[in-house]
Amino acid sequence: MRTVLTILRKDLLLELRGLETLPAMILFAIVTFVIFHFGLNRDTIDGQLAAGVLTVTLLFAAMLGINRLFVAEREQGGFDAFLLAPVDRSALLVAKAIALFLFLVVLEVIAVPAFGLLLLGPSLGPALPGLIAVLALGDVALAVIGTLVSAIAVQTRARDLIGPIIGLPLLLPALIGMARGAGPLLVAHASSSPPGRWVAILALYDVVFALLSYAVFDFLLED
Amino acid sequence: MTTYGRGLRGLSLAAAATITAALALTFFYAPLDANQGFIQKIFYIHVPLAITALCGFVFGGVLGAMYLRTGDRKWDIRSYVAIHMALIFGIGTLLTGTIWAKASWGHWWVWSDPTLTSFLIVMLLFATYQPLRFSIEDPERQSRYASVFAVVAGAFVPLNFIAVRAAQAYVHPRVLTLTGGNLPGSMRLTFLVALVGVALLYVTLWKYEMAAKSTRMQVRALRRALLGEDSVAPLKRSAAPS
Amino acid sequence: MDQRPAIELRGLYRHFGERTVLRDVSLLVPAGSTLAVLGRNGAGKSTLLRILATLLRPHAGDVLVFGEALPRRGFAVRGRLGLLAHDPLLYRDLSGRENLGYHARLHGVGPERVEELLDAVGMRRRADEPVRLLSRGLVQRLAVCRTVLHAPSLLLLDEPLANLDPAATELVSPLIGRAAGATRVLTSHDPQAALAEADLVLGLEDGRAAFLTSPDKVDPAAVKRLYA
Repeated sequence: MRTVLTILRKDLLLELRGLETLPAMILFAIVTFVIFHFGLNRDTIDGQLAAGVLTVTLLFAAMLGINRLFVAEREQGGFDAFLLAPVDRSALLVAKAIALFLFLVVLEVIAVPAFGLLLLGPSLGPALPGLIAVLALGDVALAVIGTLVSAIAVQTRARDLIGPIIGLPLLLPALIGMARGAGPLLVAHASSSPPGRWVAILALYDVVFALLSYAVFDFLLED
Repeated sequence: MTTYGRGLRGLSLAAAATITAALALTFFYAPLDANQGFIQKIFYIHVPLAITALCGFVFGGVLGAMYLRTGDRKWDIRSYVAIHMALIFGIGTLLTGTIWAKASWGHWWVWSDPTLTSFLIVMLLFATYQPLRFSIEDPERQSRYASVFAVVAGAFVPLNFIAVRAAQAYVHPRVLTLTGGNLPGSMRLTFLVALVGVALLYVTLWKYEMAAKSTRMQVRALRRALLGEDSVAPLKRSAAPS
Repeated sequence: MDQRPAIELRGLYRHFGERTVLRDVSLLVPAGSTLAVLGRNGAGKSTLLRILATLLRPHAGDVLVFGEALPRRGFAVRGRLGLLAHDPLLYRDLSGRENLGYHARLHGVGPERVEELLDAVGMRRRADEPVRLLSRGLVQRLAVCRTVLHAPSLLLLDEPLANLDPAATELVSPLIGRAAGATRVLTSHDPQAALAEADLVLGLEDGRAAFLTSPDKVDPAAVKRLYA
């Protein structure tokens, strides 16, 4: 646990110093909302369409972060430094996944209100608790798969291409869960609780892939 | 090294025989479908191809797990061949599926069927297998990463089907009504024979390719041992394990 | 002090695809002594060091470090060895102090040790600047600190004095030189300098051990052949 915190602290410090990835993710999300406004030629959207636009935008913004997750490690010897330390190697997976999750949370804290302002018809207020739950579960999926895919991609030649093409199909079930879970929430007079079926699917997906990633991660690090 | 050639002739004959039998049954024995007519018969090749492809992907995942466990390169070669055979069978599935869709429903693609959609997602995922392998030059790392991918993607197959089915089941009725236990006897027999035939074809082709690869490796190793390192040209960068 | 040999190799092999990088290397390094590894670029020196550092696994043969078999028991020896190679293993956007603090925490070492080492290499003044602003020589000093932070008993040094001016070389000698008391494996492009430091010399040619003797028995012609 101490190892996880050490690595996490280092990553957050690096991001604060460089401040490249997170602002880019946020800007990208907001610009994408504007693009959707023009692309769909709509002033407001609601319901399933709104949920789809929000989910897809968050997904592509997440891809920016995912592509950069292990780059510093690869290019500045961070893998070797970690591998030489007498620590549990899965700590790297956990630390990176938590870092990515935190980035996504910060992204959403800014992007979701922006979405409410720019594109969403009905007010966000009553839907918020349910929406937070759905997004949180979706973020776990993005964080777990994103970390796994990023660790694979960083060792290949076509680094930022491989990440998305492997990650996007893998994330489709989680995406379906996020979009379908949020859809009923983004309408006028929405209930504040998301449909149970989708929460269950997201949770199942999260658990299965978290365990699977934990099991295979070691093989990606050793040589 | 295992001899993949053993029993290959018998296997090939069995596969050929079963497929011939399936074709015969399809054209002469199975009844004509009342709604769709003759084109419905494509079902007898389409569904076995789909089932074999999906099983092939999961099989590839299991073989990949064996490589991770033992570190023996032969498991990685087996996994590679299993997955790329399954990809070929999968492309066959998509082609026969679109032909059937166009002929019977008038559209080349229908989103409303969860099985087709799930299958497309799985194919999109496995289509990245060879680009992934190709972009890692270190052969040992290539095998290891490919095996990790095979394991994760293999586990993904069932999960994906569950999720997509849940997404669509309550909106549309099942379009493919001729599955599972609904088949009348004569159709069921034809289907089963076709399934066994395609499965045998998969295994036969798998063995052929394994035999070819393993022989090539042995020849290279022998040349190197007898004639020295320089007698064998280094392999070009490739997606296939060597 | 341990009476077991620090390093024992028996028939070590390592491949890269179809190419054999290390072929049937066997040797024994007693605790506290220094092994110098000589050889051309591509002879396998760095690979050998990385295997000893538990970063690469042997493909065949036995590798024992402090009596522990690698790679199975890698986790048992990692805390006792230090690697200094071409890559300083420092994050360029963090300062020297922050980098060393990170490594210290990973190894379970306290911050006082970081300060002690920064002092020893004369880096106190510039320890808070991001590493990317430092000259190569200063980065190398930090890299030496990183290597000895956890007081390892086995030092693996790949060209340790590269980029260091004479003053810096004097500063780091007590940390990574003979006086440090640790078992050392070092490589160098300068055979004479390496021979002066060594108790045992290994000559690598195309992955094979061309010779393995004490420095006074080294045949100069053999050394010349290595680099021919």
